[in-house]
Amino acid sequence: MALRCLRLRPVLSARRTFSTTRIARSDALFVHRDTPYNNSKIPFKFTPENLKLAQEIISHYPSQYKKAAVIPLLDLGQRQNKGWTSISVMNYVAQLLDLPPMRVYEVATFYTMFNREPIGDNFVQVCTTTPCMLRDGYKILDVIKDHLKIGVGETTKDGKFTLVEVECQGACSNAPMMVVGDDFYEDLTPETTKKILDAFAKGQKPKPGPQSGRHTSENSAGLTSLTSKPYGPGEHCLPEFS
Amino acid sequence: MLTKAAARRGLKPLGNVVKRGFATVQDPPVRHYGGLKDQDRIFTNLYSRHDHGLKGAQSRGDWHRTKDILNKGDAWIIQTMKDSGLRGRGGAGFPSGLKWSFMNKPGWKEDPRPRYLVVNADEGEPGTCKDREIMRGDPHKLVEGCLVAGRAMNATAAYIYIRGEFYQEASHVQQAINEAYRAGLIGKNACGSGYDFDVYLHRGAGAYICGEETALIESLEGKQGKPRLKPPFPADVGLFGCPSTVANVETVSVAPTICRRGGQWFASFGRERNQGTKLFCISGHVNNPCTIEEEMSIPLKDLVEKHCGGVRGGWDNLLGIIPGGSSVPILPKNKCEEVLMDFDSLRDAQSGLGTGAVIVMDKSTDVVQAIARFSHFYKHESCGQCTPCREGTTWMMNMMDRFAEGRGQSREIDMLLEITKQVEGRTICALGDAAAWPIQGLMRHFRPEIEKRLADFNAANGPVLFGGRLQRDAPSELAISDNLGPERPSPEEQMASVPPPTATPAAA
Repeated sequence: MALRCLRLRPVLSARRTFSTTRIARSDALFVHRDTPYNNSKIPFKFTPENLKLAQEIISHYPSQYKKAAVIPLLDLGQRQNKGWTSISVMNYVAQLLDLPPMRVYEVATFYTMFNREPIGDNFVQVCTTTPCMLRDGYKILDVIKDHLKIGVGETTKDGKFTLVEVECQGACSNAPMMVVGDDFYEDLTPETTKKILDAFAKGQKPKPGPQSGRHTSENSAGLTSLTSKPYGPGEHCLPEFS
Repeated sequence: MLTKAAARRGLKPLGNVVKRGFATVQDPPVRHYGGLKDQDRIFTNLYSRHDHGLKGAQSRGDWHRTKDILNKGDAWIIQTMKDSGLRGRGGAGFPSGLKWSFMNKPGWKEDPRPRYLVVNADEGEPGTCKDREIMRGDPHKLVEGCLVAGRAMNATAAYIYIRGEFYQEASHVQQAINEAYRAGLIGKNACGSGYDFDVYLHRGAGAYICGEETALIESLEGKQGKPRLKPPFPADVGLFGCPSTVANVETVSVAPTICRRGGQWFASFGRERNQGTKLFCISGHVNNPCTIEEEMSIPLKDLVEKHCGGVRGGWDNLLGIIPGGSSVPILPKNKCEEVLMDFDSLRDAQSGLGTGAVIVMDKSTDVVQAIARFSHFYKHESCGQCTPCREGTTWMMNMMDRFAEGRGQSREIDMLLEITKQVEGRTICALGDAAAWPIQGLMRHFRPEIEKRLADFNAANGPVLFGGRLQRDAPSELAISDNLGPERPSPEEQMASVPPPTATPAAA
């Protein structure tokens, strides 16, 4: 009987599905590939002002630990290099700090604030971590996507905006929020978001901070603390310090 | 017998009625916490409504007789900190006075190495936004705090490691440092006390893990922010191989005020072992989210109702609250009504105070989705050094994503819990634990919600295999192995489907 069962089974070629996992790109490609716009032949050098700043930064650390300045210097280089850290920036920083270039590459790939691809003039970062998500952070992200007609991680055709999704930026009482360049725009609604983007598109710089009219992170319905004049020096102190 | 004995002694028998003086036990007066007055608030410019520069800070009492505090010496400052009962405000809640005293081991003076105070301003815990308000409103409190705390541990310099995203805050702190140098308050002969002390600002570049103390030290040294194994503890070998102590911004900033107003004053707030005032930041589904300085041990419900205008749609619309930032387990509504905002009460409720970041969720929240988003966060922020965390956070994220949709089997809930237990406590730093706890908290209080979701999905789409594939999508010509958890017909059903064997004539 068993034999009959076997014979009844349709004869199939050994067909197997090979499952492949999607390549997980954390924030950007971790491997450097030489491209016309990003290769080690493109020269990079600090401007004299930045070089002075760099020397000042290096002086903050013990002389045998110049390496500690790598993050601030990469940041400085990124600012000078239109907001992104090219391989030349990394090599230059390594040379400035007497480091093997690899030590700098390690750092530049570890930290999310170093963009290793060119970005637009306005770098829009939208927070979608839970506290922002609870206050409709994803809606803000969708509004921006629709408004700029780009997806996350893309740059507009005119090179004005790059949009990325970021993790918590530490302005949770003012959720939802986005960062454009260095400035926080908080308490967003779809309308204010569009207004901010339009202003940036025109080359203006809207006022950073909460867009709802409150000053910082106080209760928007009126102060519940710090309503009186702050106490002055020596008030309420121990007798010996008053 | 008693009466007999009493009679023998010539005492009058009491008779049958035994008179007892009922000693009334006086209940200690019930103390209600909360309702801090403005005069007891330390951060008087929390909302940046006044000048954050040196002049404004001095008018609010900063840098007032700092020289006298410094001249009191390290032992006095540390004792004051111990008296105040201050516990670290960065999340772990370690007693600050004790921690600072580790720097002054017997014979520390023979050690020629420089000594550092490192201030952890890498505020990245989702929900937390308190240090930010200190740094932009009261940066001088931080700089003065560095000096006082540095004096207590006889440090030569302080490094303030601020997260790179805080650009405005960093510029305010840098301005405060520059002003203090110019006024001779720090630097050589700080405040004229004869004590030399430098303060430097160091901006990070966007990595949550750098909020862990040893990762922060690594990052400050210009390396990838990967936590170090302890021991050696930073107090022995820390920043640049020298003795160092890492402390949170809030812990450091409150030190000068505590010294001036006395440890007893600070200890008069909050319950025993949880004393002091604390910054709480409330976010999520409240009417008016805000950051507020309040007394420790304030009931969670009071905090939300009094300072944030209550939960959106009223308290009855509450689903749950995460009381201390993303790393602590969520509390359901009934627990939210009774807990006090301090280390011990929240620990007893199987959660934690963490950084005091209260994330409120009302009934419109998809709680599974909310916790799944945390799993995304931890997956993104895991440094990749320890395998349980690097792999575990990804697994947890994948499973949580599936559960948010309902794509899974109810048996997988326990598998997920097992993963969290396997990650927890098996990594160098606490990021693994932090990734595991929110999921454990979710399962502890909201398991029926997930089970319902899984059941609904299974009812609509047929059984789901382990790993999320639908059983109906599995190729029919291949057998499904048992470790994928396929749904097999029960033995009765199997019997029913098999045609009854034709009766064979009994062998003659």
